[in-house]
Amino acid sequence: MESIIERITRGHFWTFHGGVHPPEQKKLTSATPIKQLSLPKQLILPLQQHIGREGKLLVEVGDKVLKGQALTSSENPMAVPIHASTSGIVSAIKNSIIAHPSGLQSLCIFIDVDGKDTWIEREPCTDIDNLSQLDLIKKIADAGIAGMGGAGFPTHIKVNNNEPVNFLIINGAECEPYITADDLLMQEQSEKIVSGIKLLEKLLTPSFILIAIEDNKPNAIKALQDATSTFDRIKVCVVPTKYPTGGEKQLIKILTGQEIKSGSLPIHAGIVMQNIATCFAIYDAVFNDTPLLKRVVTVTGQALTEPQNVWALLGTPVNFLLNACGAQRQQLTDQQNHQAVIMGGPMMGYSLSTDIVPIIKTSNCILVPSKEEMPSAFSDKSNEVECIRCGQCSDVCPSQLLPQELQWSAKAKDYPQLEKLNLSDCIDCGACAYVCPSQIPLVQYYRIAKAEIRTLHQFEVKADKAKVRFEARKLRLEKEKLAREEKHKKAAAARKAAMNKNTPEATGAKSAVAAALARVKAKKAKDKLTDSVAETQPETTKELKAKTPLSNQETPISDEKDQVKAAIARAKAKRLAKTQASQSSDKVIATDLEELPSINEQAQATIETSSDKPQNDKKAKIAAAIAKAKAKKLSQAPHQKSNENQQETKTSPKDDKKAKIALAIAKAKAKKQQQEQLSTLIKPENEST
Amino acid sequence: MNILLAIAVLGSIAALFGALLGFASIRFKVDADPIVEQLDALLPQTQCGQCGYPGCKPYAQAVADGEAINKCAPGGEDTIKKIADLMGVEVLPLDDNHETDNRPKVAFIIEEDCIGCTKCIQACPVDAILGAAKQMHTIIIDECTGCDLCVAPCPVDCIEMRVLPETIQNWQWDLTNIPVKQLD
Repeated sequence: MESIIERITRGHFWTFHGGVHPPEQKKLTSATPIKQLSLPKQLILPLQQHIGREGKLLVEVGDKVLKGQALTSSENPMAVPIHASTSGIVSAIKNSIIAHPSGLQSLCIFIDVDGKDTWIEREPCTDIDNLSQLDLIKKIADAGIAGMGGAGFPTHIKVNNNEPVNFLIINGAECEPYITADDLLMQEQSEKIVSGIKLLEKLLTPSFILIAIEDNKPNAIKALQDATSTFDRIKVCVVPTKYPTGGEKQLIKILTGQEIKSGSLPIHAGIVMQNIATCFAIYDAVFNDTPLLKRVVTVTGQALTEPQNVWALLGTPVNFLLNACGAQRQQLTDQQNHQAVIMGGPMMGYSLSTDIVPIIKTSNCILVPSKEEMPSAFSDKSNEVECIRCGQCSDVCPSQLLPQELQWSAKAKDYPQLEKLNLSDCIDCGACAYVCPSQIPLVQYYRIAKAEIRTLHQFEVKADKAKVRFEARKLRLEKEKLAREEKHKKAAAARKAAMNKNTPEATGAKSAVAAALARVKAKKAKDKLTDSVAETQPETTKELKAKTPLSNQETPISDEKDQVKAAIARAKAKRLAKTQASQSSDKVIATDLEELPSINEQAQATIETSSDKPQNDKKAKIAAAIAKAKAKKLSQAPHQKSNENQQETKTSPKDDKKAKIALAIAKAKAKKQQQEQLSTLIKPENEST
Repeated sequence: MNILLAIAVLGSIAALFGALLGFASIRFKVDADPIVEQLDALLPQTQCGQCGYPGCKPYAQAVADGEAINKCAPGGEDTIKKIADLMGVEVLPLDDNHETDNRPKVAFIIEEDCIGCTKCIQACPVDAILGAAKQMHTIIIDECTGCDLCVAPCPVDCIEMRVLPETIQNWQWDLTNIPVKQLD
């Protein structure tokens, strides 16, 4: 521990593997002070501007909002509220394109700015020492502060932990070319930043506080050294310029020599890192009761006449900033069909699909390069050629991965191999793509693969859940079946028991059963008699008659004969009717099918009339549902079978439509029966399907 | 004499190892067929029954017994490839009888048309439909596997399968698809 501090005071640092030295291009904006802009006409505030979940909406369309008013609330600890950046009227809450490489839309609150910039009532805190840790964390959470370095992790979660903290590292490295937002903020607001750092110190009680600044920002270093000269525990560390020094794990390695293992967090090693801009936001939130409403954005690039840093209200559309910094419309359109606008720096940024996307809590730079400056941003096709296995990418990889192998596996979509190669440790810094002589956009391949792996994991989780639910359901159904059987058995037993009891009811029931049995017996005997009448001689009938106790002795034989004849006639008639019916049934169904549209019309009509008469609404609805069900049943039967039927329908003449439909219905019926039979078997036969 | 000794020694070694193997086969016997579990893990668990089996596990069992490996429509080519790797057989194209569109979908109940018949609830293999008799039903979107089984039983055709909308959370990086708009 001591040695680390000694090394730092001597100005000796460790170094991380790899890294590159791209042209810095910071001179474009580092000399101009941060500009205050006029208010834009409209603000677009995406509900989610950070990692985690979006909060619950608190405003409606048409509401008048004041500057600093919370627009969403955060009940979930991972949710961070957003605030109105200026006063105005909520004109819409709708999906709009946000600053995301996909160019997809997300829910945004549109505020028509009234220009008065009226603040909500604030309570500036005068007595910081009496604030408890919980109060501080609540203030930070309510101010909607999320890490402003890029990832946007909710700050109140990061500062709320019970683990001992050795080092609080304030990240002012700002290693990406072009960007000078933190540099200027440090130069202009060093006192406030240090106040913010002291609040963090109060929360985290670290042994040492290290402020890391790259040696290409002499003014910022001087400003912070002056501001911290009276505090022993805060050390300003001037680290050598190298990209990506500002990466969390890389900076930890440089300052402390510790390597954060794959999959573990810096806090496990007793280290917390915060961005410079976050410290300033914490100061504002606690001292001035000002939520996170604005941030410094570097608007730069050679295509602009006045590249500079600006204080941009969150929600300001990018084109407003571009206009303020001298984007020359005419020139931009003339250059080619499009002008590249990059959100973020040249190494890690992404092209914007439109310039009306809003600035959010994590946007630190807008880059508008000229064509000479960055030709690749203007060409639609990539100049990628085959990998020549030079190995420069693995020399510069700050995470000590094997970019070349990752690239092959990413192209082959070999996701298990990518996970083995620790793709998840790739920080998307783009150093590999920067040095690649074959101009392979390596990081893009990794990003695609990362997204793919993430979705695969989601699917796996979902599949596991579905499996559990499926098995639970199976178990439940089985249990229900058993329970039902058990119930039936019990009910039967109860009935039997009731029967065998000697209560008058039971005896009554018994006698009733006995009577019924006797009746059945008698009927059987009679049937036998009539059967034999048809075949045997009258003498034998007489004999049988004599044997049966219930047969009517007085009935003449001729009468019996008549009865038999009548019965036979009835049976014949019945059979005839049956065959006729079976012939016509197909026809009936066919005509039903023809009626189908008319049924639909009826249904529609009933629906229409129902709207006129509310009292009949329910009835009409039911009628419509029934009609729909009927129509579906009819249309489904031939439809189901149409595939297997095709061969036969081909041979049959076209005009015989009715016959075809009838055939289809018959087949569908047959198939249904077959399927039912099959489903009773556990293993269906595949030949039949 | 020597030859007899060799036979005796080798014979006794053979007997010893035979006994060991016999013991091991009883002592370390695996009850379930592990290949079925492995196959089941590869299947997408939509429980859709499009393969002709009542769920993913039964199909896994069938594949282990020699059924064709190309009947899982929701799994698509990837799953076929994985099964082929596991079973050591040739990769087959997906069965022609199945749809090829296997974008993730979920069922959606058009609620004003629902008559509350509970038929879809009985059909759902993962209990993802909420409702009661004569009450409107609805789909729990996070639990729905998009298996399609509830669509057919609906007597009023109020269930449809909808492709999940693309959001920032499930968006896939695709370089060729980033639209570039003219600034003016």
